[in-house]
Amino acid sequence: MDLLSTYIIHLADNALVLGHRDSEWTGHGPILEQDIALSNIALDLVGQARNFYQLAATRLNELTPGEQITEDDLAYLRDVNEFRNFILVEQVNGDWAKTILRQFYFSTYQFLLYNQLLQSNIPEIAAISEKSIKETRYHVKWSSEWVLRLGDGTEESHAKMIDAMKTLQPWISELFLPADFEFEAAASGAGVLPEIIKDDWYYRVNKLFETATLPTLTSEKKPMQILSGKKGVHSEHLGFLLAEMQFLQRAYPGSIW
Amino acid sequence: MTNEDIIAILSEVKDPEIPVLSISDLGILRAVETDGENISIQISPTYSGCPAMEIIQDDIRTALAKHGLKNIEIKQILSPAWTSDWMTDEGKLKLQSYGIAAPAVHGCLLNGEDQPESCPLCHSKNIEMISRFGSTSCKALYRCLDCREPFDYFKCH
Repeated sequence: MDLLSTYIIHLADNALVLGHRDSEWTGHGPILEQDIALSNIALDLVGQARNFYQLAATRLNELTPGEQITEDDLAYLRDVNEFRNFILVEQVNGDWAKTILRQFYFSTYQFLLYNQLLQSNIPEIAAISEKSIKETRYHVKWSSEWVLRLGDGTEESHAKMIDAMKTLQPWISELFLPADFEFEAAASGAGVLPEIIKDDWYYRVNKLFETATLPTLTSEKKPMQILSGKKGVHSEHLGFLLAEMQFLQRAYPGSIW
Repeated sequence: MTNEDIIAILSEVKDPEIPVLSISDLGILRAVETDGENISIQISPTYSGCPAMEIIQDDIRTALAKHGLKNIEIKQILSPAWTSDWMTDEGKLKLQSYGIAAPAVHGCLLNGEDQPESCPLCHSKNIEMISRFGSTSCKALYRCLDCREPFDYFKCH
């Protein structure tokens, strides 16, 4: 597969995998309103993923004569090592604090990235970003309110946020370590290197952490990286997630809703 | 059949989740073109994952089929992205009388807080947000502190 198609699939995979994780809260939220909120965020993310998968499928079909893959093939029929999402988004939901913090980290990243992708020389990437950024802005707002409420809340909620920070810390550096498809995307003008948004990301996250009475993050100078979702080397969690998400299409190939 | 005739037929197609609003009221019907036989229609989704889009496409085909029109191409347009500013004034009035507060701020100027002007039921300005997300992605949940009724707010977007 060409690197630009992989880049588009990477954008889709991040949205799909986190969308699926968020949807696991449906019916289990701590209160009805927040159950609905996370389900709606899941819906936005799966919708964004769809748009990117459709673009990737069209592109792959054009590049390979005779190929006729669809968005569904990309979502349901690829295995763990073919997914290019961040390790961060496949992490299990854990408690409410971990879910909130994962959302805040990712939505902030996605908001800054979509802002950059408005300039993409692939018009469809720019259009999807223009559409998605409005939704993402809202996800940032919602998750920020919760980081603030939990961080500057009770002793217990503060402790749970600290615990969430420790749990998710190892997966932050991957957001900004460029993969081969990001170098290619940046060189061609279709995308950007993630370093461009790194300082802004840390600034926004730390600004909120200060208000929320949480310790601030420092970016790792030389991050140690063994797992890399962008390279298809995932944590054990993604396999379980796909087993559930893809079950129906694997068991009953081609079944439709 | 002219473009205007087709637009008139399509004004009967409602948003399945807010059945008082037509797709024209909502501002998602972006363009209609016909050469008398083939019809090309452009619609914009409100939200990326809006589950109503497929139903709306089916409803468009059904509405046109009743008039014997079958050669229809429907395209989804993402850019320029749909904004609640495209909702017509008539649409906003219909929303209010249906019990949903209409978007209050100009969507494109959305930097600060976005909240309804008043309770759609008793028109009190004494309101508070319950949740940023309501029964669908495009709505938030509020309550009126005077008449005590909860209500949906169609968000600026």
